[in-house]
Formats: sequence, C-alpha cells, structure tokens
Amino acid sequence: MSAPGGRAASSPLLGRAAEPTIFDLSVPGRRAASFRTTGMPEWPAEQLVPASELRPEPVPLAEVSERDLVAHMTRLSHRQYSVDLGAYPLGSCTMKYNPKVCDEAAALPGLLAVHPATPPAYAQGWLELMWSLAHALCRVTAMDAASLQPPAGAAGELTGLLLMRAYHRGNGRSPHKVLIPDSAHGTNPASVTLAGYQAVSVPSGPQGVVELGTLRRYLDDDVAGMMLTNPNTLGLFETEVASLAEAVHGCGGLMYYDGANLNAILGVARPGDMGFDIVHMNLHKTFAVPHGGGGPGAGPVAVTRALAPLLPGPVPARLEDGSFTWLVPERSIGRAHGWHGNALALARAWAYILANGADGLKRVSEVAVLNANWLLSRLRGVYTVPFDRPPMHEVVVSARGAGGDARPGRHGAGLRAVDVAKRLLEEGFHSPTVYFPLIVPEALMIEPTETESPETVAALADALVAIARQGPGPAAGAAPRTTPIGRVDEAGAARSLVATWDQG
Amino acid sequence: MASYVPHTDQDLARMLSDLGLADLDQLFASVPAALRLAGGLDLPPGRPEPDVAAEMARLAGRNRAAEELVCFAGGGAYDHDVPAVTRALAARSEFVTAYTPYQPEVAQGVLQALFEYQTLVSRLAGLPVANASLYDGATATVEAVNLATAATGRKAAWVSEGVNPRWREVLATLTAGNGTQLVEVPLRDGRTDWAALGPGPDGPPPGALVVASPNYLGCIDPLGPARAAADAAGALLIVAFDPVAAGLLRTPGEQGADVAVAEGQPLGTPLSFGGPYLGMFAVAQAHVRRLPGRLVGRGHDIEGRTAYVSTLRAREQDIRREKASSNICTNQTLVAIAAMVQLAWLGTAGLRELALRCARGTRYARESLLGLPSVRPLVSAPVVREFALELPRAPEVVVERMAEEGFLAGLPVSTEGREGLLVAVTEKRSRAEVDAYVQAMEKVLA
Ligand SMILES: Cc1ncc(COP(=O)(O)O)c(C=O)c1O
Repeated sequence: MSAPGGRAASSPLLGRAAEPTIFDLSVPGRRAASFRTTGMPEWPAEQLVPASELRPEPVPLAEVSERDLVAHMTRLSHRQYSVDLGAYPLGSCTMKYNPKVCDEAAALPGLLAVHPATPPAYAQGWLELMWSLAHALCRVTAMDAASLQPPAGAAGELTGLLLMRAYHRGNGRSPHKVLIPDSAHGTNPASVTLAGYQAVSVPSGPQGVVELGTLRRYLDDDVAGMMLTNPNTLGLFETEVASLAEAVHGCGGLMYYDGANLNAILGVARPGDMGFDIVHMNLHKTFAVPHGGGGPGAGPVAVTRALAPLLPGPVPARLEDGSFTWLVPERSIGRAHGWHGNALALARAWAYILANGADGLKRVSEVAVLNANWLLSRLRGVYTVPFDRPPMHEVVVSARGAGGDARPGRHGAGLRAVDVAKRLLEEGFHSPTVYFPLIVPEALMIEPTETESPETVAALADALVAIARQGPGPAAGAAPRTTPIGRVDEAGAARSLVATWDQG
Repeated sequence: MASYVPHTDQDLARMLSDLGLADLDQLFASVPAALRLAGGLDLPPGRPEPDVAAEMARLAGRNRAAEELVCFAGGGAYDHDVPAVTRALAARSEFVTAYTPYQPEVAQGVLQALFEYQTLVSRLAGLPVANASLYDGATATVEAVNLATAATGRKAAWVSEGVNPRWREVLATLTAGNGTQLVEVPLRDGRTDWAALGPGPDGPPPGALVVASPNYLGCIDPLGPARAAADAAGALLIVAFDPVAAGLLRTPGEQGADVAVAEGQPLGTPLSFGGPYLGMFAVAQAHVRRLPGRLVGRGHDIEGRTAYVSTLRAREQDIRREKASSNICTNQTLVAIAAMVQLAWLGTAGLRELALRCARGTRYARESLLGLPSVRPLVSAPVVREFALELPRAPEVVVERMAEEGFLAGLPVSTEGREGLLVAVTEKRSRAEVDAYVQAMEKVLA
C-alpha cells in the first residue's frame, strides 16, 4: 500500500525549548506600526479628550519589530497541529479538509470590505449569496425557511429553542420540559436551561438509540419538545426517529434537530422528512468551514413553514424584480446576532456547496460513512464496541479492555482513553475525541471524515491497534514524548491559576 | 466538479468488498426506507474550481466595497487599516485549520497565542482576567448579563440606551427564555441618566447595570455615576468599551467595572459584512469561576516545562451540562489571534496613536460638518470615536443620496425622540476624503 497522506509523524516541530511570550520579546521603544498619510490637523490628546477621562499613560502592550512578531507567530504555528498537517479524527467535530478555493473566495475584497450597514442596493452580492445559501440549506434539510444569524452550533441551539418557546406561546401554551437523550452533546442541555426550559434526560436503549417505548414514559403535555442528533453521538442512526417525532408531536411538542452530524446523511435523508421542525447546522462541520483553532463557525437555523414567521430577522428576501433586500419576519423573536451572522463563514460554505453540488454532497456522506465502517472493521475485536451496529460517519469504541481482557488485574483492564489519545500523538496522528459521549466508559469517538484516503484510515487503524496491543503501562502513561511538550499537568494549572502574563 | 474525496473507484470497490457490501447504498441500511431521499438533493451539480471562483467573484462584484463607497459608517463595525502582517499571520493554515485545543501537547501554538491575547485584553479592560473570546460584542453583553444575574441571584438588568441598539435587541432575544427582566435607562444629552429610574421600576432589583463608553452616539459616558448607581442598587457594573478608544481613555476596570465587554473587530478584522467579529470579555477576580467560554492558563508538563492549557474547565457546558451558565463551545479563536497580532503590531505607542488619529479625524469631520447650514449636534457630550448630527433631511434619505455620491454616510440614529446621522471617522480617512464628504453632504442637504 502507498504511504498514508494524513500521517504527520515526519513533522519536526523543531526543538523543545519554550517559546518566549510576546511580552518577553518586548523592548521599550521598539515598534512595528505605521499609519497612513492623512493630512489631518494634529491636535494633541489633551484637546480631544476631557482631562478627567484621559488616561495618563498609554496601555502597555508589547513593543516588538514586525520581524520578531512574524517569527514569534510562525514558531507558535509550528507548535500547532492542524488539518493541513495531518488527519484529525476528532469525533463529532468533523475535521475534514477545508478547500483552499473557499479561503480565496472569503478573501475577495468585494466580500471582505463591505460594511454590514451598507444599503441593500449596494450589497446585492452579499444578499444574493445569503439568500441562495439559506435556500440550499433548506433543500438539504427539507425545511422551509432559515436564518443565517447564529454564529455557531450552540447559538443555533439557543435560537432554535427560543423559536420553540415562541411557537408554544403563540398557541397559548407554556410547557416546561425539553427531552434530550443521555448521549447528547453538552451544549444541548446548557442551551435548554438558557432558553428557560428544564432538560430531561432520556436513556438510550441497548441498541444505542432512543426507543419509542422508553420515550413514551417521558411524554406528557408539559413537554415542549425533544432535541435529537441524528445520526446520534454514538454514530448510529436513530432508527425509530419517525415514530419518536410522531409521539412528540402527539403531545404538542416540537422536534429539534442538532445538525452536528448532518454530514453523514447529505442527499441520503433529510431531517424534515424524519419529522423535525427546527434544525441547526454547523457549517464548520458539514460544509468545511475551517475551525480556526476553536472558531469562528456558523450555526444557521432552519424551520418548517409553521415557525418561519418567528425566525430572527432580518432575513434576505428576493423581490419580484429579482433584486434582494432584508425583511423582518412578521412575528420575529428578534435579532440573534449584532449584524447578519458570521458572513465570511457563510461565504466559504456557499463556495463549498457550489463546488460539490447535489452529487458531490451525497458522495461526501457516502465516503464519510464508508471510511468509518472500514475503520471500525479494523478495530473490532481489539477495542470494545459498546453498540456494535453498522455506524454512520463516526465510531465510538471503549479503551477499557482494549487489546485484551477487561477484568480487573488482566491485560487490557487499565488502558484509559487519555492514554490512547496521547500515544496516538506519538504515532503521528491527532487524537480522537475522548470521554464523550458520557454513556460509554473510556470513550474514544473517531471520525475519519471523507477527505482521508484509505491509506490514511488504514494507518490510523494500525496505530490504534498497536497501542491497544501494547496495553497500559509506563509507556502509555508517559506519552506523548515526541511533541514540543510532554503530558500537561492540567490539575496543577487549574489549582494555581495563571491566566495572563501579568499574573505569572 | 471539484472533489475533495481522495478515493479512486478501485478504493471504493475494495473497501466495500472488505465490508461485504455490494454498493455504497448498503452503507445506509440502518436508515429506514421510508426516510430515504429518492432522487437526490434538489441542487445544481457540482462545479469545477475555476467556475466556483468565478461565481464567487461575480457575487463579490455585485457589492460596493469600502474602497468605492468611502466608509463613514461605524455603529459597531469600523473601517480600519489592517496591515499585511496581520492578514498574513491570521491566514496561516496552522491556526486556520486547527480545532479547539483539546490536546494541549500539540496545540501550544493556539494556546499560547490565546494566553497572550487574554493578557492584552486584560490590560485594555483594566481587569485581571479575560477569556479566550466570545462570538461578538452583542453576545458578550448577553453573557455578561447572565453572569451578573447568576452571581447576584437577581433576575433583572438595567441597560443604558447608550448600548448599541442591535446588541440590546440580541440581549432581549437571547434572555427571553431565562426570565431576565430588562429595563432601559434613558440617555440625556448623550449620557446615561441613572436618576431617571428613581428608586427603580417594579419588579426584582437589578443584578447588573450595563453602560457603554464610548456609547452608541460616540459619547464618553462617565463611569463614576454608573458605578455609584450600581452600588446604590447593589448590582454589578458591566461596561461595554471600545478597544481603539481604549488607547486614550481610562480603563473600565480602574473605574469600577465588574465585567468589561467589547466588540474586537476594530483590532485587525475587516468589515466582513458583519462577521466573524470578536467578543472580548474581562472580569474582576471575584468572577473568574463564572467566566463564560474558554480560559487558557499557564502551567507545566509532567517534566516541568512551561505549558499552556485550557483551564477551569469545570465551568463549561461539556462538563456542567444543564447547570452551565453559558452554552458556548465553538468561539472566535482565529479572530482573537488576529487581534493579538494586531495589538502586538500596534504596540504600546501605536495603539495610542491609532486612538488619537481616530479622535482627530472625528473632530475634524464633526467641525467641518457643523459648518454646514442647519446641521446641528444631536447631543453635546464629548465624543472620541464617532458622532451624531441632526440634519435638515431624514437620515435614511441622506444615506441613500450620499451613496449616489460615493459615500457610505453613516447610520441613522435616534435619541430623546430626535433623529440624526451617526458618523465614524477612522485613521483610514484622509482630510481630502472628509472634505469631499462634507461637500457631498452640502449638495445632498441643499
Ligand atoms: C453533537 C454536537 N452538538 C452541538 C455542538 C455545538 O456546536 P458549536 O461548537 O458550533 O457551538 C457540537 C460541537 O461542538 C456537537 O458535536
């Protein structure tokens, strides 16, 4: 087999000395900044700001040359794993390759240099882009209308739950509970609380999915709705989803789709057809918006016709003459963002959708699922598979008992997910997500994505198998030894908090 | 079409056969037949890369960028120069294509940059601890109010009308569920009139007072009276500040803010049609354990080397779940890194000079415009960042007519029942541009 393109073990990450901070590099009087020639009168600060408000000294920042700044940031960048460096199989996070053409599109001055308050007549390109994207997202999800304002998945969740609340109020009801499966992502219950609802956890059945029989025990007319991720965070399709939706609707509730895993079902199935009423999408997962070291992303919300008048506004609308404008939905819950959402992330997603089209998006999901299944077939028998059914785009296995016998005192008993994660770094791959979902002990949640080649998936599987076979022991506990720093004492950092250079 | 799936037909065939499957369709056997989409997505077919680039360029070409429509609009989004170095470093793919730093051993780059960012924000705010970013100024305000109501156990906030009206709307939207009562405190002549509420309206006492300085009208809103009002009400004081004007003004922290928030866009982020921007958030030491979002700390690896790591994680949604006071997960790290680079590039002297240049342009433009017949100040409080004028024509009409003259003239605003135009002048505007703007305004108002 050819060499795996996604293995980063050759990366030197030069040296193990600490990088000084920008403050350590600072030299009084040194500077990089320069300003445009404007011909403005040069009034002194004292004539511009009342004495009582004027700060006596400038804010101490850093004083560095441009050259030292570039060197500092470049060295920091060499101490950072990224998708561009190698495979990044973080489950749920969907760390697929981010096409460069989308970067270039988002850097076009005609998109970048536009003030958000530009009158619609002068921002037709942005409005057309947003209108087109909203429509495409509705087609992908079988929804009727969308707001692009929420800046991330969690913001989409809160917005969606507030739509749920407004819908019930509009019907003169105020139920209190929102049901979420015990496998749900932490943002789900946190958003439920912020929306003023009480989160009620529904246990997953032995097959790893929510069963209708179980759900019925939680249903009454105090249920505002149910949040579901499908495929769920175990990577399994919620096979009973249609009857779950029917039952929730039957007691007056709405169905909320957490779209974090939409990348598994593009062109295969649509949330609207499953009975969902409200959908958020993580464009930074499904539609390849890069994650930026933790953000920014975009978390648009799409809804059925019944909820469309409630959407946050303004939303882009097309007039009869083909031009575009802003429109506030008639019973809008109000703005969910200071402007129009994370617009440049929306532009990247639109470029990605244009490039892939209907056929390409379906292929994305097919291969994401193929890679996950193929990976699982190589891990089965080595790692414990708690819910061993054909997965969708990601697999969840347990490190407990990996490579051997899980009983106390036997080989394999003591392997922890964190050890597997750290050992995998030594093998040249980023770690999977660990300790999530919470219902699987020592969980490893692995999402290869469709952009990793079979050679990379095979090498990743081989590395995971080798780690399990080695089992627990000093080598596992001491990992990683090839990275710029060794295993971090996280408890120590929390105990004696140093959150700024000034506190250090 | 462009494809980012590396698999050859042979790869697909071999992998399927390894799995004992006949075709790709069989991978979806767990999706009930009734839910399977027949006929595929109703979207056009994929397109090759050059066509995608051309289509995106067509869309971009339908906008008039700040170069063509000379920008005098602010209102929370400012047309500053972004130096090449900030663009280049914030575009490094090691930062762009990384995830949240869950494995600190291979994420020291992002973690250290965030630690440096936190330090810089803390100094700007004059408060000891800053987080690693929130979405934008609006949601930072929401998080601050949620922090204050949780810390005080009081489900109400008094919010100055000087706070950006779109942020206030977001605050109202996103706190509609958790029962926070919001009370607006009016402005009088550009400053918050804390006395206007008297002993306060019916309902719970406030957990927070929220004030902006400089406020939406560009005015310096004195924080002394705000702090006194907060003390009288037993509430925390939340101050929305501006990170550029911070180069000249006393910090929120030294004037008694418990929480300081800001829109960080002016620090190295282009206008971008409104996003992604940057929510800056800093707190007094007492509130560190209620800080929303991620916090990077400095510690050690097991061999004693300096190490940066996400810390006090027990505050966050993935651990606290329904008891978490914030749901934020994905944040705006890349924008925070750009702000860190921008602040380092500006340096101690540069930030002050930037603030000074903005204040000079603001004064020059304001005085020039006030020289036009029937143009009057909307309020008289001192301004540093932008200013509001009362015009003899409706501001919406003026904005439209000025656009025809090649200017984005500003944003319509209102205060105390009067309408005006909010005008922002950054260091990017030359005297000649301001003169041309004033001339165009004269024509439009004639
Ligand atoms: C299943 C699931 N739901 C929700 C979220 C929250 O999305 P975001 O991080 O964009 O706020 C995530 C990702 O972090 C997720 O994996």
